[in-house]
Amino acid sequence: MSDLSEQGVGKPVRRKEDFRFITGNGHYTDDISRPHQTHGYFLRSPHAHAKIRKIDTRAALAAPGVVAIFTGKDIAADKLGGLICGWTVHSKDGSAMKVGPHPVLALDTVRYVGDHVALVVAETHEAAKSAAELIEVDYDELPACVSLADCEKPGAPQLHPEAPRNTCFEWELGNKAETEAAFAKAAKIVKLDLVNNRLIPNAMEPRAAIGEYDKGTGGYTLHTTSQNPHVARLVLSAFVGVAPEHKLRVIAPDVGGGFGSKIFIYAEETACVWAAAKVGRPIKWTAERSESFMSDAHGRDHLSHAELALDANGKILGLRVKTIANLGAYLSTFSAAVPTYLYGTLLSGQYDIPAIYVEVDGVYTHTAPVDAYRGAGRPEATFLIERIVETAARETGLDPAEFRRRNFVRAFPHQTPVIMNYDAGNYDASLDKAMEIADAKGFAARKAEAARRGKLRGLGYSTYIEACGIAPSAAVGSLGAGVGLWESAEVRVNPTGNVEVLTGSHSHGQGHETTFAQLVSSRLGIPIDQIEIVHGDTDKVQFGMGTYGSRSGAVGMSAIVKALDKVEAKAKKIAAHLMEAAVEDIVFQEGRFTVQGTDKSLAWAEVSLAAYTAHGFPSNEIEPGLKEGAFYDPTNFTFPAGCHICEVEIDPETGVLEIANFVAVDDFGTIINPMIVEGQVHGGIAQGVGQALLELGVYDGESGQLVTGSFMDYCMPRADNVPSFRLGFTKTECPSNPLGMKGCGEAGAIASPPAIINAITDALGIRDIEMPATPARIWKAIQSSRPRAAAE
Amino acid sequence: MTVVSMTVNGKPVSADVEARTLLVHYIREALGLTGTHVGCDTSQCGACVVHVNGRAVKSCAMLAGQAEGADVVTVEGLAKNGELHPVQKAFREHHGLQCGFCTPGMIMTAVDMIRRKPQLDEQTVREELEGNICRCTGYHNIVKAILAASEEMR
Repeated sequence: MSDLSEQGVGKPVRRKEDFRFITGNGHYTDDISRPHQTHGYFLRSPHAHAKIRKIDTRAALAAPGVVAIFTGKDIAADKLGGLICGWTVHSKDGSAMKVGPHPVLALDTVRYVGDHVALVVAETHEAAKSAAELIEVDYDELPACVSLADCEKPGAPQLHPEAPRNTCFEWELGNKAETEAAFAKAAKIVKLDLVNNRLIPNAMEPRAAIGEYDKGTGGYTLHTTSQNPHVARLVLSAFVGVAPEHKLRVIAPDVGGGFGSKIFIYAEETACVWAAAKVGRPIKWTAERSESFMSDAHGRDHLSHAELALDANGKILGLRVKTIANLGAYLSTFSAAVPTYLYGTLLSGQYDIPAIYVEVDGVYTHTAPVDAYRGAGRPEATFLIERIVETAARETGLDPAEFRRRNFVRAFPHQTPVIMNYDAGNYDASLDKAMEIADAKGFAARKAEAARRGKLRGLGYSTYIEACGIAPSAAVGSLGAGVGLWESAEVRVNPTGNVEVLTGSHSHGQGHETTFAQLVSSRLGIPIDQIEIVHGDTDKVQFGMGTYGSRSGAVGMSAIVKALDKVEAKAKKIAAHLMEAAVEDIVFQEGRFTVQGTDKSLAWAEVSLAAYTAHGFPSNEIEPGLKEGAFYDPTNFTFPAGCHICEVEIDPETGVLEIANFVAVDDFGTIINPMIVEGQVHGGIAQGVGQALLELGVYDGESGQLVTGSFMDYCMPRADNVPSFRLGFTKTECPSNPLGMKGCGEAGAIASPPAIINAITDALGIRDIEMPATPARIWKAIQSSRPRAAAE
Repeated sequence: MTVVSMTVNGKPVSADVEARTLLVHYIREALGLTGTHVGCDTSQCGACVVHVNGRAVKSCAMLAGQAEGADVVTVEGLAKNGELHPVQKAFREHHGLQCGFCTPGMIMTAVDMIRRKPQLDEQTVREELEGNICRCTGYHNIVKAILAASEEMR
């Protein structure tokens, strides 16, 4: 592709990275084999809660092919730290969250089915797995609490002595007194109880790790399916203590999807890299899918009670919410932040709500740890506000679009009562456009036509806003984050003029190798095949915070812009020197440096070569070389917003639902590659359809077993569960970063579930239905809402 | 241990493996062809789809020994003389992949689907993809890619 105008910002450039994936030449962690490697297999707890009296590994050690077996005692003897949560949340009484230790391998207690008990290292995966069956663990089974609603009650089985009533924190946010006052004078109060259903991320690539130790250099290398290799390295060195940072290389090669589940630092990669030094050979572990189900961090899992106070004209006066959020058995790396600062802060939605008060209890249960999953707190907030707003519209007899318009924020910047300050937006524009694409006006006729065929049609809206592009380091630091959320970029110009960009972002499907190259191509006027994007290796990229929270455009690309600014400035100095002109007279455009007002000019490649030959450079003014780095710290979150409209058609005989039309109109600010942005929206909506209609992570109340432990029992969306989507875009530029970009990666999953549930409740004429709204649930809802007379 | 031989991507191959070895592990480990992926343990996800004697098969649901003497094609064998297969080209052209992990299986299923049903429509493609799970794309562009490739190959 040599036409530069088709390669720059705003163009639907086809992806550079695709060639290796479509030809089967990707390098995912399980594809990699290291010389003399062994295979690791984890023995996991079959019980939701038990004391470990004894672990007898003698028979297992004697099994064929076994090299070593490690338990929690071995790790403790080496004085390793446990796994951490990097965000500290405080309760209403000012006390810090209550955290029990999270050992890499269980010491005396197992706390969920799948909890890690031992690592078997053997010559083959089969040998390790067979040997694991010979390990005798003497468990004292204990009662378990897996039902979120019960675990805070007196008498519930306790997870951690540090957390009485299994309560990790009792957090609050908002203006409590103003909220009480608003409710006191409300003309109408609408109440709703909501369940945000537990989901299991299931990226298609199972987690994997290869730990290695070089006894000559004392250096460790870890290949891991991570969204953030530098964060993994920092946690493993500074908190777990496997190795000092400078002796630990972490590589995240091609990673097959993450959606948040590959942010966290887990027991498996920790144990493998530590044990590799003990064994003296690389240790490779790859999860079987059933292990992914049991031990990848799960998502969502909130129980909420919400109340909306209205005046006589449908204007919202206040919102109050009480949420119980499941944290699982241990705090995962990000977990405390998700149902607090990523949730409560979005409860204003697109609406001008003067008073909001939210209380969140974070509760431990004997289930897998719960942490960020696509949207991380914002789907939960959006579901709540869009369901209660829809309910309020119906109960006040107002059209749902009209109710929303009466409450939209229209003046910016807008300070909400829940920390977020919305910088720019136009919510009417996205609602208008979505209604047009969805032909909302024609819905009544389509509903009537469907009724003549015996089918029930419904229309549901979701006008969402979310906060992403995480995040200003000072802001998150003041809210309890242990890390800053800036991003880094280094632009290296080679003598021959091609460019390498080393980014702290990590692509596991987002297409950074293409989109980042588009940005550089636009700036430097060179073709994208002359630009290489390097990511995922702590030996190459000095430090980065990784990819999640829809941050790689807004934060990652802004870092590249800053580095490019520095490159351009130095290149101009060099060009000025070469052309014997003043640097202020140099114009850089379309890959050429020109002395203003003359025809003296140099090509990019001439300047890049000169940077490295450095002939005659005034040594106190220009250093040789052309390589610049930058760190970019965002000054605000970004606030993508928009409107989803879902139209469903339900067969009342079977409860089977068809999505007749799904429209999404989003404002993402500046768009680098519309093809990729649309793909992100498609994928997000499909995950939202999964949450709304299909998916549920279930633990059996009696046994604590994970009932939905495979793709047999957990319903992943397949191609015939989703329609083709109809997308549109509006634009208000983000004022807080150089490119005007807002994040786009999670919006689809955030906005869609309430649109779908609103459509179903509209179709059935009912107040509420729980997610997932399976055919069985829909059918039952129809039966219970049918008047008795119809049956007679 | 047993010697299992077959033709893979046009080349005769042979390896001494345990009798219980699945075809997908034979392909990935004995032959080093890691383009075919393992995504689940219940034969649902389709990341492992290859062609055995001209038919799409989930290679995790077959023993290597059951493919003794068979003609096997994996994703690495689709391109001919450096020229990508129309389905491969279509996946790139229509952004039918993001992380790429499900992609080899999707492509192999698509090639087989087009061979069996030259006249495809959106609904049929979506139903035919029942055995292939993607978590990234929402299927929208996968369907577009398959319809486009089918059109081109007609």
